[in-house]
Amino acid sequence: MCLPRLALAIALLVSACIVPAFATDFGRPATPEEIKLWDIDVRPDGKGLPAGGGTVAHGKTVYEQNCAVCHGAKGEGGIGDRLVGGQGSLTSDRPVKTIGSYWPYATTLLDYVRRAMPYQAPGSLSVDDDYAVVAYLLALNGILPPEGTLDQESILEIRMPNRDGFVPEPEYRAFLPAR
Amino acid sequence: MKPVQHKVPGTDTVVQTSRRSFLTAASTGVAGALAPGQAISETLADVPPRAPGAPLGARSERSQYVQLARIPEATPGKRDVNPAFAINSKAPLDKLYGTITPTDLHYERSHAGVPNLDPAKHRLLIHGMTRKSIVLSVDDLKEMPTISRVVFIECTGNGWENWKSADETLTVQNMYGLISTNEWTGVTLQFLLDLVGRDPKSTWMLAEGGDAAGVARSIPMTDEIMSESIVAFAQNGEPIRPAHGFPIRLIIPGHEGNLSIKWLRRLKFGDAPFMTRWETARYTQLQANGRARQFQLHQDVNSVITTPSGMMTIKPGFNLISGLAWSGHGRIDRVELSTDGGKTWKFARLNSPVLAKAQTRFELEWVWDGRPTKIVSRASDEKGNLQPDRDTFIRKTGTNALFHYNAQQPWAIDALGRVRNVLA
Repeated sequence: MCLPRLALAIALLVSACIVPAFATDFGRPATPEEIKLWDIDVRPDGKGLPAGGGTVAHGKTVYEQNCAVCHGAKGEGGIGDRLVGGQGSLTSDRPVKTIGSYWPYATTLLDYVRRAMPYQAPGSLSVDDDYAVVAYLLALNGILPPEGTLDQESILEIRMPNRDGFVPEPEYRAFLPAR
Repeated sequence: MKPVQHKVPGTDTVVQTSRRSFLTAASTGVAGALAPGQAISETLADVPPRAPGAPLGARSERSQYVQLARIPEATPGKRDVNPAFAINSKAPLDKLYGTITPTDLHYERSHAGVPNLDPAKHRLLIHGMTRKSIVLSVDDLKEMPTISRVVFIECTGNGWENWKSADETLTVQNMYGLISTNEWTGVTLQFLLDLVGRDPKSTWMLAEGGDAAGVARSIPMTDEIMSESIVAFAQNGEPIRPAHGFPIRLIIPGHEGNLSIKWLRRLKFGDAPFMTRWETARYTQLQANGRARQFQLHQDVNSVITTPSGMMTIKPGFNLISGLAWSGHGRIDRVELSTDGGKTWKFARLNSPVLAKAQTRFELEWVWDGRPTKIVSRASDEKGNLQPDRDTFIRKTGTNALFHYNAQQPWAIDALGRVRNVLA
């Protein structure tokens, strides 16, 4: 603990008026290389999409090896969420929310698989396997054909069935980009 | 068993001074009315003599006579699950006093278990639309000016048991145990933003956790959020416990608990929401028309009577009604109570302190005449929001929203004094 830093902290506390130019002494700059390791988020406009791709057919293999144990052989659910079906059920008394019936963006699915799946070893799949398993899940929901493929370009062409099913709170409308 | 009829006194003062006689009257009218244990010390001579106690310890444990525990549960309707399959753990609201939740009983919602993070190796990356990108250690944060604030955190699923129907075996812990109030200490978000230099075009912040799920939420950079949020490293005066985000977590007062990202390791600034799974597939509220409300981030005004509440039994005569009220919009302004199923209302007493975006304790004395009835509370906040009755609420929202349930919670009391969950 160096005294100047302590003095700075006290000065900031007392003044209550925080001047950014003074507060440069904490932490260290992040290098572009290390940011890349953690900067995994993917936005619907394509920002953050990793380069790669895969086929529905390969995705089936990836799914069966990594996902089926929790989500069922065909995405029907188990310990993990149901992933398939439910279209047309959202106004019923028992809505079934799945990738096909509810998720608005394919990019969200890629982001989620990449950051959080498979449950026991998140982030352990290659980027190509991530694309492939997303392709397979889209095919199970009738959004891609069985012979389909998916990559960082074509994922932006996917229009999810429930794309327009969400109404952002009016309170934050000014914060949303113009469509 | 015949219910005992008591004349209801006109004022609360009368109730308090004549408590003894009501209790006596009740015990003569109801067979075996004295609970086991109540009559153990009949006279002072029966009180055990004083004796030297146990050695002083490094930590204070609870009395052997006190049993307090959370309940790990799964989704609505799935109780008594193996803790390995639990998705949340609910605080025992019916056994707590005042407003501060004991640290080990603060409710928990975790998406991939509780990670065991070494604070020496933990890092916070702040980057995106900023003048510079920085990496902070936990020690770096502790050298910055701190603030402390007492606030509630509430899971948006709190109350979700009652959307469709009322299971009459539920306790207030089963139904409302996904809220807790603690004092959190850390560095203001504004201070950190000033460190990196905000791009004026940035409007959303992605906050991401260091748990296996990498839980991530997009947070709109409103004046309210930017001025009130904290990157916290302490909870009730000690380092945050692992289940609640050790070594650091975000605290966003008044908003969905899921935004207060635990095990925080990344803040990224951008010009649009990132649309993570937790703000699209989850934590969006499906309305009756099949469309879903998104970014419904404030926790609305809410209240519940914790004593008497579900699965308790009361006796005719004097009963102290006690409960908790809270609002993500600010301070609780008033709480009204009805002991006749919503026909007439009285103001409850609000116990100090009444803090903005923290739980507030309310109380009211009541003499139960032994006839079946329903008791219910409704709260209002300083912004003029009133907690809706169930009919009004469901008419507006439907029954599929799953999250953000804040309708009034009635408890039905039958002629035997049994208190049960009902919808209205």
